[in-house]
Amino acid sequence: MATLLEVKDLQTHFFTMDGVVRAVDGVSYDLEEGETLGLVGESGCGKSVSALSLMRLIPDPPGRIVNGEVYLDGEDILKIGMEDMRNVRGAKMSMVFQEPMTSLNPVLTIERQLTETLQLHKGMNKAESRREGVNLLSRVGIPDPEQRIKQYPHQFSGGMRQRVMIAMALSCNPRLIIADEPTTALDVTIQAQILELMKSLTTEFGVALIVITHNLGVVARYADRVNIMYAGRIIERGSAREIYSNPRHPYTVGLLRSVPRLDLPRRAKLDPIEGQPPDLVNLPAGCAFRARCRWAIDKCATDRPVLEETGANHWSACWRSADLGPTAVDFLGASELAEPESPAGE
Amino acid sequence: MTTMQETAPQAAAPAQDNDVLLEINNLKMHFPVTSGMLFQRTVAYVKAVDDVSFSVRRGETLGLVGESGCGKTTTGRCILQLYKPTDGQVIFEGQDLTRLGTRQMRAMRREMQVIFQDPYSSLNPRMTAGNIIGEPLIVHGLVHGKAEYRERVADLLQNVGLNPYMADRFPHEFSGGQRQRIGVARALSVSPKFIVADEPVSALDVSIQAQIINLLEELQEQFNLTYLFIAHDLSVVRHISDRVGVMYLGHMVEIAERNEIYRNPVHPYTRALLSAVPIPDPVLDAQRERVLLSGEVPSPLNPPSGCVFHPRCPIADDNCARVIPELREVSSNHWASCLKAEGY
Repeated sequence: MATLLEVKDLQTHFFTMDGVVRAVDGVSYDLEEGETLGLVGESGCGKSVSALSLMRLIPDPPGRIVNGEVYLDGEDILKIGMEDMRNVRGAKMSMVFQEPMTSLNPVLTIERQLTETLQLHKGMNKAESRREGVNLLSRVGIPDPEQRIKQYPHQFSGGMRQRVMIAMALSCNPRLIIADEPTTALDVTIQAQILELMKSLTTEFGVALIVITHNLGVVARYADRVNIMYAGRIIERGSAREIYSNPRHPYTVGLLRSVPRLDLPRRAKLDPIEGQPPDLVNLPAGCAFRARCRWAIDKCATDRPVLEETGANHWSACWRSADLGPTAVDFLGASELAEPESPAGE
Repeated sequence: MTTMQETAPQAAAPAQDNDVLLEINNLKMHFPVTSGMLFQRTVAYVKAVDDVSFSVRRGETLGLVGESGCGKTTTGRCILQLYKPTDGQVIFEGQDLTRLGTRQMRAMRREMQVIFQDPYSSLNPRMTAGNIIGEPLIVHGLVHGKAEYRERVADLLQNVGLNPYMADRFPHEFSGGQRQRIGVARALSVSPKFIVADEPVSALDVSIQAQIINLLEELQEQFNLTYLFIAHDLSVVRHISDRVGVMYLGHMVEIAERNEIYRNPVHPYTRALLSAVPIPDPVLDAQRERVLLSGEVPSPLNPPSGCVFHPRCPIADDNCARVIPELREVSSNHWASCLKAEGY
């Protein structure tokens, strides 16, 4: 498969009164055509900002993309003018946001909002775009689309609004859809419906998909590859199967260990990652995760680890990645970690 | 930061004390819907909670799960008398709270506290952490003199894993997880017996969620607390609860011991909910059978006839549209309201 998207050393900083917030601090990855990529991390890890940077939707000031290249189909979209960028958004790449309540305009009908992109990017007239709009609504599973297209967002439920958002994102046959926490605001049963829908539509249309989420469970089933982010950087990357069964970064291990799981026997106690994420204005020297890490060694305080290949198509930014792996996850109740030294944090 | 280092004696089989602390009988909460500009007429009722009964044993954690709009939060608020229930009884230690006057109820509030979902909006931004935690102590006249007050606040902060010197800070100086710890300390301040935890971890990041859940469990043991744990995350609920109740559209559809309900769910809604939970393991998750529910939760303004779940139910038949199923014991201590539940 051909490479669709290539991100090289992307850095997005916010210039605030408190100092420079390095929200995205040197992120590189690529995406194949039709691939589904999961971008996982906690709030403030830079996952949303990195996605908004791709769309060049960073509010400036205070934010700015200070460095990096983003090749979409071989063209660096960080270098093109804003006018050209407008032709890229919607037409080549589009976005589905977290809050289906706030990302639709409440005073415009669904028809107005859905057909706008069609008229702008595809030059359709009113009748054509309307026909296409109805068609799209039925594709995303909205019953009675002829009537529903005339309605306003408040007449739709949360799940239905998210379907409308997906229809809008698909409307101009983009090559890439970025979904920022697409199911976080929805109920569990609706979540499952929306994820199934996104997967089947992206497969059908051959669209690449970046799913941004904080929930490791959401991407397990749907993502081909997963990037784990922490403090503005990708700290582990690999195929979904590798990441979940053979994690090579303590943060990933921590994430997997801290959630209670329905498929495994209940543990007497959860095993959280202690402490808080670091302040992005004042990142510590060395590894950003060191203060919360069970495996930290002296070297971690001084030398910042970079992504290194630890296995086939599996990358981790940790000095001790070789000591981690399947045994580190050890879900089944035993609380003993595979750690030869450094007693568990006091 | 100090971390809680309680040597938790591995939750030795949830205190099998059958002493009932709280009993809810036929609780109904109907919110009127009014129409008209000048003369407000009641045109309909939103039946947020419709005929729900259950009990909570002393020292246990009862989990209440369901999707948004199922009435789980309303149930919690009715128990605390933050809403005046339309009908039904809330019996706390033998006393029917719905019959108490404002003054009597205020005294009762010492016994029952609440932890809210959103650690950002549930703390007054103009009060220091110390004052937020200490206010209930003053309101209920539990401390005498400044020294005792300060000591008590410091103790509470330590109980929830914060440093006493943080008492002078304002909420914005804390992270989400720390704020939730302040919310927990506030609830603990009056030494309650019963705490309603309304989605206490759903606004927090995964790694922080586990910290708060562990804290709640440690405190339960230390202070012999009883929890009503309201959440939509079924994995979290399984972890923390001794028993679990599942609600749908204002009704309790199934309630049983934790292991029983997760191993042998009988209500089709419970089954669908469980199968919809994503599992962080691509191999396992792909093998699971998924019951995808079609459609969405109907409006509680105009709930379906018969069993409220029948329009979305994969096994419903004509009968389900007519007969309202009652909550019945399908096996020992396992209650479900489904006409077609096994053993029915």
